[in-house]
Amino acid sequence: MDSLSVDHLIGIEDLTKNDIELIFKTADAFKEVINRPIKKVPSLRDITIANLFFENSTRTRLSFELAEKRLSSDVINFSAASSSVKKGETLIDTVNNILSMKVDMVVMRHPNPGAAKFLSERVDARIVNAGDGTHEHPTQALLDAYSIRERLGSVEGKKVVIVGDILHSRVALSNIYCLQKLGAEVMVCGPTTLIPKFIHELGVKVEHNLIKALEWCDVANMLRIQLERQDIKYFPSLREYSMQYGLTKEILDGLSKEIIVMHPGPINRGVEITSDVADSKQAIILQQVENGVAVRMSVIYLLASKIKRQ
Amino acid sequence: MERQVILNSKHFELTINRLCYQLIENHNDFSETVLIGLQPRGINVVTRVKERLEEILGKEIVCGNLDITFYRDDFRRRETPLIPSATNIDFVIENKKVVLIDDVLYTGRTIRAGLDALLAFGRPSKVELLALIDRRFNRDLPIRADYVGKTVDTLVSERVSVEWEEIEGEDKVVLFTPEGNG
Repeated sequence: MDSLSVDHLIGIEDLTKNDIELIFKTADAFKEVINRPIKKVPSLRDITIANLFFENSTRTRLSFELAEKRLSSDVINFSAASSSVKKGETLIDTVNNILSMKVDMVVMRHPNPGAAKFLSERVDARIVNAGDGTHEHPTQALLDAYSIRERLGSVEGKKVVIVGDILHSRVALSNIYCLQKLGAEVMVCGPTTLIPKFIHELGVKVEHNLIKALEWCDVANMLRIQLERQDIKYFPSLREYSMQYGLTKEILDGLSKEIIVMHPGPINRGVEITSDVADSKQAIILQQVENGVAVRMSVIYLLASKIKRQ
Repeated sequence: MERQVILNSKHFELTINRLCYQLIENHNDFSETVLIGLQPRGINVVTRVKERLEEILGKEIVCGNLDITFYRDDFRRRETPLIPSATNIDFVIENKKVVLIDDVLYTGRTIRAGLDALLAFGRPSKVELLALIDRRFNRDLPIRADYVGKTVDTLVSERVSVEWEEIEGEDKVVLFTPEGNG
């Protein structure tokens, strides 16, 4: 039987195609579980998981917490806003203090790229990266690819365009790795200032015209403009951005084929996509959220099964 | 490994037939009864029993598959993760009589997990167990089957394998004994 090639989920970059397929196959079973009358299985009864969020999150934190609880693990939550981090404690100290309380797994979001890897090399627990700065957000990419697979049957050979703030997006980087490993073609689309300089080295196409990108693709993943990460102005105004890169119902209906619209959330309605697109049949935004729980259950289950007890 | 066929295809069919008539004795027309096979190998037994019951009764029998992977008690005591199979129960089991079905009843741990897993779908009025083969001396838990195809006395070192015409090419049950242990 298969098992994951990694002990921690730091980034999609470290995963093999087999790992991703194993995660998806296991997620299929969990998707059935979360649609039962009693949405809970006892697999992780003796596992304790700490959710450490050094950066704001609603969807990801809830999704992880729900996934952990549906596997029957014990969960402790920590958010930086109300903690001793504000009093000057270092990351390692914070985590080691939490681990002395006998925690087996840590799900962490942190504003610094590489924080999850740093931690995995220094503490004795399984680490799941829930987003580290502008680096990776592996579970988001997994659930995005899982949602494409669910809707279109497979990811291989599909054309996916990622639109928006590629420069500041960990979702974009993880998605590029994940989709390419599964055999999809990836294009990024956005204003020149928001496309990283050396992005072509990852083997992705670059397009600055939204309509051309949409005509090319099967799936459009519309990213949020991350104003909180933009220290300087990358485009003249939000209004101008949304005129050039915002997806409207008129654009969607004017395309020569029907494409699928995804969004990792939170949506800025009227900026990257309009309300009627977000609520249309082609949008699978809410399915992504549902699949997020199943995919996270799968990741936690597979990593937890590598923890050995005497 | 020494091989010994303990149920050939002719006896196999007779056994399935007998199990079906025993089920009918207790469940009449199956209006309040559902059959649930335990993944992965129990579903082969369910398929066969369902076919035969439908022939005899001339009506459709409600069947499902139950995967018990997430309810097992040996999670993390193995080298590799347990990978689940599909669960498919698209009917209500509340107040129904459930017949759990597996191919080989051995330690009883699978059935224990199966009973737990079943609770996630509701509260059946009664649960019974049908096993094609009962290795009666190897039980770890206080569990017994209500319907048994064949009882065999085996050592822990031995292995019982149920083979199916649709998968392995022939219906039969084989007992494997390690050399020098017979």
